[in-house]
Amino acid sequence: MYVAVKGGETAIAHSLDLVADKRRGDRDVPEVSLEQIDQQLGLAVDRVMTEGSCYDRNLAALAIKQARGDLIEAIFLLRAYRTTLPRFGASEPLDTSRMVAQRRISSTFKDVPGGQVLGPTYDYTHRLLDFSLAASGERPVAPTAPASADIALPRVGDILQRDGLLEPPPPPADVDASDLTREPLVLPASRPLRLQNLARGDEGFLLALGYSTQRGYGNNHPFVGEIRYGHVPVSFVPEELGFAIEIGEIEVTECDMVNQFAGSHDVPPQFTRGYGLAFGHAERKAMAMALVDRALRADELGEAATSPAQDEEFVLAHSDNVEGSGFVQHLKLPHYVDFQSELVVVRMLRAEVEKRRAQTALSQAAE
Amino acid sequence: MPDTIPRPDINPTDSTSQDGAYNYAYLDEQTKRMIRRAILKAVAVPGYQVPFGGREMPLPYGWGTGGIQVTAAIIGREDTLKVIDQGADDTTNAVSIRRFFATVAQVATTTHTEEATIIQTRHRVPETPLTDGQILVFQVPIPEPLRMLEPRETETRTLHALSEYGVMQVSLYESIARHGRIAKTYNYPVMVNGRYIMSPSPIPKFDNPKLDRSAALQLYGAGREKRIYAVPPHTSVKSLDFDDHPFEIETWTECCALCGSTESFLDEMIVDDAGKRLFVCSDTDYCESRR
Amino acid sequence: MSAPLLSARDVTRRFGGRIACRDVSFDLWPGEVLGIVGESGSGKTTLLNCLAGRLLPDGGSVAYETKSAGTVDVHRLSEARRRLLARTEWGFVNQDAREGLRMGVSAGANIGERLMAVGARHYGEIRGQAADWMARVEIDADRLDDRPTSFSGGMRQRLQIARNLVSNPRLVFMDEPTGGLDVSVQARILDLLRGLVEGLHLSAVLVTHDLGVARLLTHRLMVMQGGTVVEQGLTDQVLDDPQHAYTQMLVASILPV
Repeated sequence: MYVAVKGGETAIAHSLDLVADKRRGDRDVPEVSLEQIDQQLGLAVDRVMTEGSCYDRNLAALAIKQARGDLIEAIFLLRAYRTTLPRFGASEPLDTSRMVAQRRISSTFKDVPGGQVLGPTYDYTHRLLDFSLAASGERPVAPTAPASADIALPRVGDILQRDGLLEPPPPPADVDASDLTREPLVLPASRPLRLQNLARGDEGFLLALGYSTQRGYGNNHPFVGEIRYGHVPVSFVPEELGFAIEIGEIEVTECDMVNQFAGSHDVPPQFTRGYGLAFGHAERKAMAMALVDRALRADELGEAATSPAQDEEFVLAHSDNVEGSGFVQHLKLPHYVDFQSELVVVRMLRAEVEKRRAQTALSQAAE
Repeated sequence: MPDTIPRPDINPTDSTSQDGAYNYAYLDEQTKRMIRRAILKAVAVPGYQVPFGGREMPLPYGWGTGGIQVTAAIIGREDTLKVIDQGADDTTNAVSIRRFFATVAQVATTTHTEEATIIQTRHRVPETPLTDGQILVFQVPIPEPLRMLEPRETETRTLHALSEYGVMQVSLYESIARHGRIAKTYNYPVMVNGRYIMSPSPIPKFDNPKLDRSAALQLYGAGREKRIYAVPPHTSVKSLDFDDHPFEIETWTECCALCGSTESFLDEMIVDDAGKRLFVCSDTDYCESRR
Repeated sequence: MSAPLLSARDVTRRFGGRIACRDVSFDLWPGEVLGIVGESGSGKTTLLNCLAGRLLPDGGSVAYETKSAGTVDVHRLSEARRRLLARTEWGFVNQDAREGLRMGVSAGANIGERLMAVGARHYGEIRGQAADWMARVEIDADRLDDRPTSFSGGMRQRLQIARNLVSNPRLVFMDEPTGGLDVSVQARILDLLRGLVEGLHLSAVLVTHDLGVARLLTHRLMVMQGGTVVEQGLTDQVLDDPQHAYTQMLVASILPV
């Protein structure tokens, strides 16, 4: 006798207990702290802040801990928390020329005013697993020259622009203040809106798309004009004061790509730009973002848009890994009613084919 | 423009969840207001998809965030909430969402359709006819009925604006040419108020007739795609078809093994290793009320 | 006193610094077929797209005499009206049939679409009309439910023609309708086109680089070189007695058969 199964609530409660238990793991192993995650897994924290669209190292570290290191799950947690936060305004645009840079490089010239500051990066390491890290032990602190806002690091872009070789960035008046975390994406999108979407887009997705452009799917001959990483002050104009005050500083990574030159009937050829920005130290993300930004400017620059990275609807609609993860994984939800409908139709069609076959066999036998 | 209206302090009498950290029904008042404006627009233009600034919710996209945001925007202390998934009150998704609102909205919940003022549903319409004053909130994965025929949002928006629905009729023609019948069985497209083609969400076509001139208000929320649409009470909702291939709903030769109904949508259950099958009402409340 | 069906005045279009077509003017009368010939790069396809409302000219205008709403400026119409016109009173036959067909649906659906777009709702009747047209363009009736992916190039082109003509358009734009097809297939399609155009009293603007096609199908001819019209007139006159050096060269370079 079939009895409808009950007890869904209890099963869920047990599942929640199990996942909390699994998250903690072996109780004999020391619990990881948020400070440890922030300090020693800092690049994970950077990514979660960037794609979670929320600059708070502590919250990001907590999300990573709660998500057992699943960064997309952590990004989701941080974004859901962000939904509950009050908004009291928008900052002034970041002025990255005021950055106190820990790292600043350019591939377009061997040497640039202010120098090539290598800073902390895995770029020059050999990818050999360091088994000494398996044991904990003290490391010597690396000697550093004092980073100072006084050391001028003029932008490579400004230098190229002065000679008219590089297109100027869009004028500030055109900046669109519509906020993707509060309003839906409207297509066709302006460049500022695209950049917002890409900034919080999945690093892997953008990496693949950027990579594809380099392999010929919409190649635009990119060069790294400049990458800089460091602290930038954040300014805000409170209504009560009417002038800007600095409310803190954040770490960002900025990438200026210099791309294939365009030119029109009225404008002589010049190099074009791609731009990428991420929280913390995230060069791969900033570079991929810049490649895709440039690819999406195909229409604007009169180029044939033939490859996926140049397809605005395709890129912007699928860059959000929280949306993607949700929809892909929602297939685990019950779909038995929809499936039932499909079963009915498939059976009916099969029955009709059988009937036709039987009729054909009959009429053949009759001959 | 940046939102410079300061958020009001959380009124302790309004913050009713146990840990006191969230506004009533989770969303802040500005967001609820924004969603209600979208709902009003949607009700004013039946079947038209209104973009709205959807937020990340504590449940993933694909799990009903659109429906949750619609419910959160309209729910109040006097409401009674029912949540179903595939017609059942006790599937994991329904349980999860009901618990969510019980916590953040401190609202009474029920499994009985007649007692509910708001019913949030995934993929079914209750068998019990709805009445004046009830609101049915649908969870919608893909709000655009033309999406599988035309992937580009810019193009589908234009097609709706110009009432250029030839491509949809072509897909139905093609289905008949290929299968001898319109083979679409769920998410069956409808014409609302004689103007917009709408996706009724992935309900089985069996449920489409219930939408036509329903006494209840139908609200549809798509969280990931960020669209809200609506069908006001007593509005015409017609399933698309051809004059010589009229719309038909599913039928079963079996009846419900538990309550004997011959009029409800039946789920097929495989009950033993030999593949023995039983058919049971998908709508658990309807089925129980008959026993 | 009837008005011209289509009037172009000084139509000009550039791409960056390059002139694609410049100061093209003509009148097209009901029942007339106008040919535009020239080598590739002469600007003829750009001109066609400007006339059909698909490209916005940088200068000049295009006027069309509608069935019941007077004369309209093609480029100042709302997008809604232009799209409606393109589906009802106009046709556009692309060189590559794939661009003018839905490759993923059956031949019948392709032909029936314009009927369904203006409200036809009887499957049997739509199918019947589609089958009719299959016969008229000489495609085997039992291919009605097949998709164009399984059709030869010539069959696809016939299907594209049927898809356009089912709505009884008054004006058909054609861009190299037989380009890329076998010579023998070309000949049969040209015959088909000639029969349909005459039988239905269609007006047409036909772009081709093939003077033989022009000779067979068109009443009047415009010769384009480097974006400008260097000669125009009655087809037979232009081809038998070319005045402009470029036309003479074109005519002379036809291989005698």
